[in-house]
Order: sequence, then C-alpha cells, then structure tokens
Amino acid sequence: MSLSRKLAYAVLALVLCASGAANWLAPAGYARQYREATDAAPSRMHWLGTDEIGRDRFARVLYGTRISLLLAPAAALLSTLLAAFIGGLAGYLGGAWARVAMAVTDLFLSLPWLFLLITARALMPLNVSPVISVLVTFLLLGLLGWTTAARVLCTTAGSLRASDFVRQATAAGVPRQRLFWIHVVPNLRPVLYAQFWISIPVFILSEANLGILGLGVAEPLPSWGSLLKELEGLVSVGEEPWKFVPLILLVVVVTSFQFLLSRQEEVAA
Amino acid sequence: MNRRGRKSENMKKSFVKMIAVTLISIFSLLGYAFAQGGELRFCLRTEPKTFDPLKVEDDASGAVRYLTGGVLVRVNRQTQNLEPELAQSWKVSKDGRQISFHVRSGISFSDGTPFTAEDVAYTVQQLMDPALHSPTGDAFRSGTGSVETKVISPTQISIRFPAQVAGLDRLFDQVAILSERSPKKEMAVLGPFMVADYKPGSTLLLKRNPNYWKTDEQGRKLPYLDSIRLDIQPNRDVEILRFKRGELDLINSLDSEYFDKLTATSPQLVHDAGPSLDSEQLWFNEVAKSPIPTYKKNWFRSANFRRAISEAINREDLSRVVFHGHAQPAVGPFSPANKFWFNSRLKPQTYSPDAALKTLQADGFRMENGSLKDKDGNEVVFSIITNAGNKTRERMAVLIQDDLQKIGIHVNVVTLDFPSLIERMTQSFDYEAILLGLTNVDLDPNGEMNVWLSSSENHQWNPSQKAPETSWEAEIDRLMRAQASSSDMKKRKEAFDQVQEIVVDQEPFIFLINKNALSAVSTEVHGAAPVILSPQTFWNAERLTVSAK
Repeated sequence: MSLSRKLAYAVLALVLCASGAANWLAPAGYARQYREATDAAPSRMHWLGTDEIGRDRFARVLYGTRISLLLAPAAALLSTLLAAFIGGLAGYLGGAWARVAMAVTDLFLSLPWLFLLITARALMPLNVSPVISVLVTFLLLGLLGWTTAARVLCTTAGSLRASDFVRQATAAGVPRQRLFWIHVVPNLRPVLYAQFWISIPVFILSEANLGILGLGVAEPLPSWGSLLKELEGLVSVGEEPWKFVPLILLVVVVTSFQFLLSRQEEVAA
Repeated sequence: MNRRGRKSENMKKSFVKMIAVTLISIFSLLGYAFAQGGELRFCLRTEPKTFDPLKVEDDASGAVRYLTGGVLVRVNRQTQNLEPELAQSWKVSKDGRQISFHVRSGISFSDGTPFTAEDVAYTVQQLMDPALHSPTGDAFRSGTGSVETKVISPTQISIRFPAQVAGLDRLFDQVAILSERSPKKEMAVLGPFMVADYKPGSTLLLKRNPNYWKTDEQGRKLPYLDSIRLDIQPNRDVEILRFKRGELDLINSLDSEYFDKLTATSPQLVHDAGPSLDSEQLWFNEVAKSPIPTYKKNWFRSANFRRAISEAINREDLSRVVFHGHAQPAVGPFSPANKFWFNSRLKPQTYSPDAALKTLQADGFRMENGSLKDKDGNEVVFSIITNAGNKTRERMAVLIQDDLQKIGIHVNVVTLDFPSLIERMTQSFDYEAILLGLTNVDLDPNGEMNVWLSSSENHQWNPSQKAPETSWEAEIDRLMRAQASSSDMKKRKEAFDQVQEIVVDQEPFIFLINKNALSAVSTEVHGAAPVILSPQTFWNAERLTVSAK
C-alpha cells in the first residue's frame, strides 16, 4: 500500500473517529446559541469560533461531518445498486432492452434536476423533522444519482455478454438468470466498487450545493453544505480564515476518497 | 546685500507665499463649494422593467422615475412634509374628491416641449386608464366611475375623482408628469436628469436635463451633476467590492453585516439613518378552509396563543444578533420612523417566556416532559416558512426556533423558493406560519388598505373574507374605512391609532423588528444626507456634487 493511500485511510479514520466522538468533544451540541458571542474568533471555549448566531463552529463541523460522511456512502450504495440493476441488466440483455434502458438514462441525465429538487422540496410536507429532511435529501440523491454509473455498467455488461466465457456457458445450456447472477455480476463487481467510491464525494458535494441553495438539511442540524454557506460573504473571507475549516475538511475528505478510488480503479482494471 | 536687506527680502517672499497659499485655499474652497459637473455612480440591483413612469412597479424603475420624473408635489424625504414642485400651490376640496393645482409657467420638458396644465390632464387620464393597469394609478382608485379633469387655464387645473381619495395630495409624489405633445413620449421628462443611454444588463446613463427648471438659492441651475451612471449589478458582494475600490460612489441600501464590515475599515463612509419604515413579521394561518389539522387552526385562531408566541420571542436578540444592532424591536404595524402616523401610546412587547407560559395556560396548554401540549394532548409543533436565500430571515427563524423551544414548542424551519412560498400563502393556504417582511414606501395608512381590510386578497392571515370572521377584524374594517373617508387629518389619525392598538392586542401579525436604513456614501460625494425614506441616499440628487476624479 502506497504512502498516499495509507495517509488517506488515516485521514478518513481520524475524521470518522472525531465525528463519532462529537458528543464527547463538543458536549454543548450543535444547536446551542451563545448569543453574547456571535461571530466570535477562535478561543479556548470555541476552538473554531462561533457562527453568526453564536453556535460553536467546531461542534457544528463535527456533527455536520457525521451527517455528511455517514449518509453520503448510504446514498452512494443505493445509487450503485440501482445502476447495477438497470445498467447491468440492460447491458446483459442487449438489443431493444439496452436501447430502452439507455434512452431512459439519457432522459434522466437531461432533466433539470436542480429545479425538480426545488419542486420536490416545495411539495414535501412542511412539518418534517430535521433528521427526516436530511434522510430524504440523501435518499433523493441516491435515487437520482444512478444514471452515469448505469451507462458505464451497461457498456461493461454488454462487453461481458459478448465474451468467450459467457458464450461458452450459453452453449453449455446454462439458464440466463443463473448466467447473470453467477457469471456476469461477479465480473461487474470491480466496476461497481469504483462507481460506489466515485459517488461518495459527488454526493457530498451535491448536498453542499443543495445546502447553499437553502435546500437539503433543515436547521438547526448542521451539514457541510450549511457550513459552507458561511463562505458566501466574499468581503469577510480574507479576514476570518477559520471559516475555511469546513471547506478544507471537505477538500481533504474528497481527496482521500480519490486516493482510495485510484486503488479501486487499479483493481477494476 | 547686507543681512538686514536679505531678511527683508525673505520676509517679502514669505508674505507673498502666504498670500498665494491663502488665495489658493480660498479659491479651492470656493471651487469646492460651487463644484459643478462630475458623474455619480451607483448600482441598480435589477434591470429597470420600464421607463414609463406610470407603469413602475419595481425598485429599479422607481429609482429612474425619481431621478428623471417631474412631479407636481414632492414629499421631502428628510422632513416627510409635502412641498411644491411643478405645482406652485394646490387645494384639496372638503369632500376629498377634488384637487386643484396652480402649476408653474415657462417650464419645458427635456426635449423643449412647453409644459402646461394640459400635460397634467393628459397624465391623469393616462394614469387612470383601466387599460394601462398602472400600479401608481391603483392608489387613486377609490370608487367606480371616471376621473374628470378640467383645464381652467394653461396654469390651472382641477381633477375630480368619483369617490373620496384619502391623502390625495401626497399621492401625487409618485406621479411623474408626461408630455401630451412631445414626439418622445415618456422619454421627454421634467425631472433633473434624462435617460441618455441604456445598455440592457449593463449600464443606464442619465444626463443632466438642460431644461430643468430649478435653481439653487444663489440662482445657479440645478442639478449640479453632469450625469449619473447606474450599473446593473445584482450581486451585493460585487457591489461592495466595487464601492471599496472607488468604482462606485454610493450604496443605497446595505445589509447590517456589510455595514459592520465597512464600519471596521472605513467608518466615515457608512450611514445609519435609524429605523426605517420596513418591518419583519411572523403570522399564523387563520384560514378556515386551509388543509391543516383542526386543532392547529384552533391554536392559531386563539389570540392568547398568538400573544404567547409574541411574548416568547426575544426581539432585542433578533435586533442585536441578526441585525448587529441596526434594527429596533417593532412596536406595531407602523414604525416610529413614520413621524405622523405612528401611535406613540404603544409600548414595545416585553420578552418573557414565563408570561408566555401563563398566557398559554389560560387556553389549556400545559408542559409535559419539556414539551408543550394542548388541552387535548396534542404536542405543539408547527413550521415556519421563509424564503430561501434570505440570510437574515433564515437567522431570525433559527433564533425564534430556539426561543420557542424554551416554552416547549418545537418549530421546524422551512426555507422555500419564493414562488412556492407565495403559492402556499395565497392559493393553497397549506402553511402554518410565515416569516416575511413588509416594505413600506407610503407614509399614509391608505397605502395598506389592501392589508388591513378583511375582504382584501392581501389580508395575509385570513384573506378574502366575505364578511369579517371576528369582531376585531370588523372593527378594523370600520376604522380603516372611516379614516379613508375623512379629510380631517386629526380624525384619520385617531382612527388609525385605534387600528394599531387592535393589531397590537390581537397580534394577527407578530411584528418583530424595524430595520434601520443603512447606506454607504463615498467621501467624494458632497451634499449627501441619507434618510430613512426611499431613495435613502440620492433623494436630493439634484444638489449632490462629486469631487473631480
């Protein structure tokens, strides 16, 4: 294992442990408002200062990391399974099936998802707890994020269908269903892994983008998206570098995933 | 030359130098005082939708109308008094249906077309033409029937409306006079500036109107400026950066956050003119047919419930935390900044979670394990909607969420895009509480008739009622109609004072804060005196000067 991968694993492990120990590291919680110390600079009491309504930024980063880092892989798993089912099956069956599945995928890719998500949020019941809202956000990301992976899997499954071992199995009279599950799916696994790892940072960034638009995770629950919203005020950025911490953390985590991903791609190859 | 002679010569030289420096200083001071010319630059946040002054409904078009349009009378933004402009004098009839103007003679539009009372008649007929759908004209529509204009002479005109129009003379502050005969139509103006060049999405250039009629006290022609460059810039961050770089001369309306940032670096540039007319308020859905559970409707329709929520919200913290102290806790429907109409008997709401709980107990609510429950055991949970992207409202909602948690009420904060919010507010009525603001440009309560009358579509908490559903709404209807149908300002004030007292007692709107009017003006601009009324910084644009750049 290369040093960079070891470092990536170490960083991810550290971030996961810190966010897991949020209750212990930041016992006051993410919602407590210190109204006498709003927008404060880092201090012994508030290691990363406070936000504009006096909430401890360190606590919000820890809890936000927990949310983004746990739910993004869950959404990635959902989208990868959907991609495997739709793309893999279409590629294996080929012909009209593949054409229809890819037409549907293209249609999904061309839809204006941002506006659809805004509409979906507007249609949702209003009295949804912040926890439900965050789950719904990542569920939506998982349900909508399968398209690109499905195209890759369709192509891979198509090439497997034309491979010698599948032809030989077909000639030997292996039923199509058994052939798909026993011979095709295991050969798709490396691609599935790669797609899974790719999706995680994509969903983290998507949630961050939704958070900036005021969608996604509801107050007072923090997420990386809501934390990054603080960077909107260009005037203040140079003067308060500690506000960059959530952004730096996001970059570090996404970069770590990329290092792990390169390993998965090697395995897939 | 001996030492004495040299000394004498040096003294002469010093004296000449001193005289020269003094003269230069005097001339430069005189030059500064009488500085004319130059260009004022600031931003419009949106594209002006129209240059037709009668069709104005957005802020950007309103700014252009203010700078280019000539009006018969003008509300002085500093004193809030009505002053003569194109009209030398005017008289409103006792029944409040007729107004007569004596207009100035010898005035021309920017293209040279002479101005007469015929132009006033033409403008009023255009304004009241139902086919034009003029938002400015809506304020004059108090009854069915047509408006009669009678030109008595080139300088005299009387206008008769089908029904009484309260505050009739002040409404003409918004009516820019059009030329009946000019081929340039609405581009021929009587104001200090005229539109010279317009690049959509980029810049609007206004140049001095060479035919502007006004002069200053020393007889010099106004305006002093040669031109005003209005850059169309929706991004506030960019606007601030450009102002700091000296590319802009003023920012008409600043957020408190940016105000503080500028104060830290350049305190001489920022101006806090005090509480404005704008308010931020929260209200509950009281619509009987709304698709929310009946028990919640019962909460929201209870005055005690609304009063308790009002008592439990810490307005001082909203002002201090969200607006950095550049806002005042709201007292009632009108801001204290509205000098004449504000009811000074009203007192600010005191923050008291204990009093709120007592008020709720009177309606059968009780605390159980840190949660508030109604008399039927339903946990008190509701959502507050506000518009996504408005940082101050989002922060206010989170503070209110925290305040109400202290009395066991769980609030879900929901940010929605504006069209979805309006759809829920006006069409489906599928909401529980809304946090929004009210921008007041009109000092007169008649400008809010559409809010306070129970039959109005804009009576937000329970609109379009066929008959008032509560006795206090019936009383508000009666008082609002009474003040609108009286031309006696004292009686009108008494009636509207009662309206304010009922609103504060019943709290259909829970008024939270009145924002301060914050602006920034470069030191290069002379004569600026920011005020609370719009347009805050350039209300006296004709008297502003800019140092040579």
